Amino acid sequence: MPSIQAELTGVPAAKQRAVRSSLWRQSMRKLIRNKLAIAGLVVVISMFLICFIGPLFSPYTDSKVNMSMMNRSPNIHHWLGTDKLGRDVLTRVMQAGRISLTVGIASMFLSVFIGTLLGAIAGYYRGIVDQIIMRIADLLLTIPSLPLLFIFGALLSEWKVPSDYRMYIVMLILSFVGWPSLARMIRGQLLSLREREFMQATVVLGLRDRRKLVNHLLPNLVPLLIVIATLNIGGAILSESVLSFFGLGVMPPTPTWGNMIDTANNMIDFQERPWLWVPPGFSIFITVIAINIFGDGLRDVLDPKQRK
Amino acid sequence: MSEALLDIRHLKKYFPVKSGLFSRTVGHVKAVDDISFAIRPGETFGLVGESGSGKSTVGRTAIRLMDKTAGDVHFQGIDLYELSEQKLRRLRPRMQLIFQDPYSSLNPRVRIGDAIGEALLDHELASPAEVREQVQDVLASCGLSSYHMDRFPHEFSGGQRQRIGIARALILNPDLIIADEPVSALDVSIQAQIINLFSHLQETRGLTYLFISHDLSVVEHLCSTIGVMYLGSMVEKASRDELFLHPLHPYTKALLSAVPVPIPKLKRERIVLKGDIPSPANPPSGCKFHTRCPFAEKRCREEIPVFRDAGNDHWVACHLV
Repeated sequence: MPSIQAELTGVPAAKQRAVRSSLWRQSMRKLIRNKLAIAGLVVVISMFLICFIGPLFSPYTDSKVNMSMMNRSPNIHHWLGTDKLGRDVLTRVMQAGRISLTVGIASMFLSVFIGTLLGAIAGYYRGIVDQIIMRIADLLLTIPSLPLLFIFGALLSEWKVPSDYRMYIVMLILSFVGWPSLARMIRGQLLSLREREFMQATVVLGLRDRRKLVNHLLPNLVPLLIVIATLNIGGAILSESVLSFFGLGVMPPTPTWGNMIDTANNMIDFQERPWLWVPPGFSIFITVIAINIFGDGLRDVLDPKQRK
Repeated sequence: MSEALLDIRHLKKYFPVKSGLFSRTVGHVKAVDDISFAIRPGETFGLVGESGSGKSTVGRTAIRLMDKTAGDVHFQGIDLYELSEQKLRRLRPRMQLIFQDPYSSLNPRVRIGDAIGEALLDHELASPAEVREQVQDVLASCGLSSYHMDRFPHEFSGGQRQRIGIARALILNPDLIIADEPVSALDVSIQAQIINLFSHLQETRGLTYLFISHDLSVVEHLCSTIGVMYLGSMVEKASRDELFLHPLHPYTKALLSAVPVPIPKLKRERIVLKGDIPSPANPPSGCKFHTRCPFAEKRCREEIPVFRDAGNDHWVACHLV
């Protein structure tokens, strides 16, 4: 994006950052005052730290089998017990978190990218392009996403995709299911923006299409995008867990929170060994709630019109 | 025609009224219904009329910000509606519009230095190095300071924002400025500043204005020629002095009698119009004004009056004159 700010002011970049948008500064100040949202952010960050740094301090690895330590309840050596192959549950939960969080964030980025691109094209050029893109989006939206996910998951198993690659394919699938609703929101926002008087002013000034889009429309979309993206991570983590729980997403031995809860499918494990499924379940719960609370806080600050 | 900067002939703009399941067009709102006038270079043409008379629509169709329904618009002899998008875009800097609402016409996320200077870059009227200097100049001539460049619109008052809007139009050094009720959103003390800015800029730059307003005292102060609109049609057009001293159309007389005069003891004949402006989707037959005209006769209800010269280049559309 060729900022004409630099061209205009000729001030060094560092000094420009000092006079950075006071709109943003105001928003950040408002966000910090929202205690609940900050609590959510703290929980999300700690979850990341625990999952990505935690395993480095663990004496165990997620795949090391120990037949003499099968199905032990939590004790001084294994804080969250061990599973049926004698693997340390705490280490596996942290390792699983790496995968689940990565999948969540990566598929969010991908679906936000696809959704924004297609939504922006549809909203800006309208006409036949808009019709085609939005009908495809409608089609995907009319199919309930869960069955769609199941079909994709089943196809993955059918085609015997190596389990190392499954994680990446799951990301693709999740963003494929996620983009239509995003594209809809972006398109709607663009359609309302382009009717605003300041967009009419860009026509009167005779600005080029590229400048209208990049310098005038996109900056007004960024707040909405940030909010959507944040809330989307939670949804993606949940969807990945559902897929993996049904054995259609990321497969064992690679642990994810979803496929770890799978043990609850076994009646004995469910009743007698809660340490196998409570920790991953609790991790999903707390992470998604924290992300959503933080996302709501962000929305209140950045996009007050959306508040319910 | 050759001498006119902006020549509008038989301009019409109808908005379709749609209703029902399949959005059938059930009628038209005749926002602008056969309007003709010309503006000579250096002149200030005032367009007055009450809300809903189609003044703003004239302003917008005159620079092809919206499409016309019929008629011709020539700018410097060029038919605007014949131009391709590209050519029209290149002609844009020559004719600028100043918006009524200084709050919604500035993008909240664009610094005002960028907002004012960007059009110069897109039209390659200045190098990036020169833009900054030009923005500073135009800010100064609009009564703003160069340190305002890095600020965002929400950091300004309404009057300052309107100055920014004016600066944004002025930097392109246009031949024609269409000012669409530029002061109606501002309070009276600021109105005076902005109006003085307009006349000062005309003196120093020789600008031509199409000044749209519903405030007769503002128009009297600024304009050399005035057109009065009622329900999409022009009912009277004359030079300022002629119109204010010898109004011919009953509607103009009513408008002028409503202008407050700062002499409390002066007794004036006050013409009060009954009722509201009729719907432009279903205008009255004959003379559109007959429903509210105190002098209406049978002929007014049946026959559409011709817009004709009543002498002294004083044009009027009324049977009774």
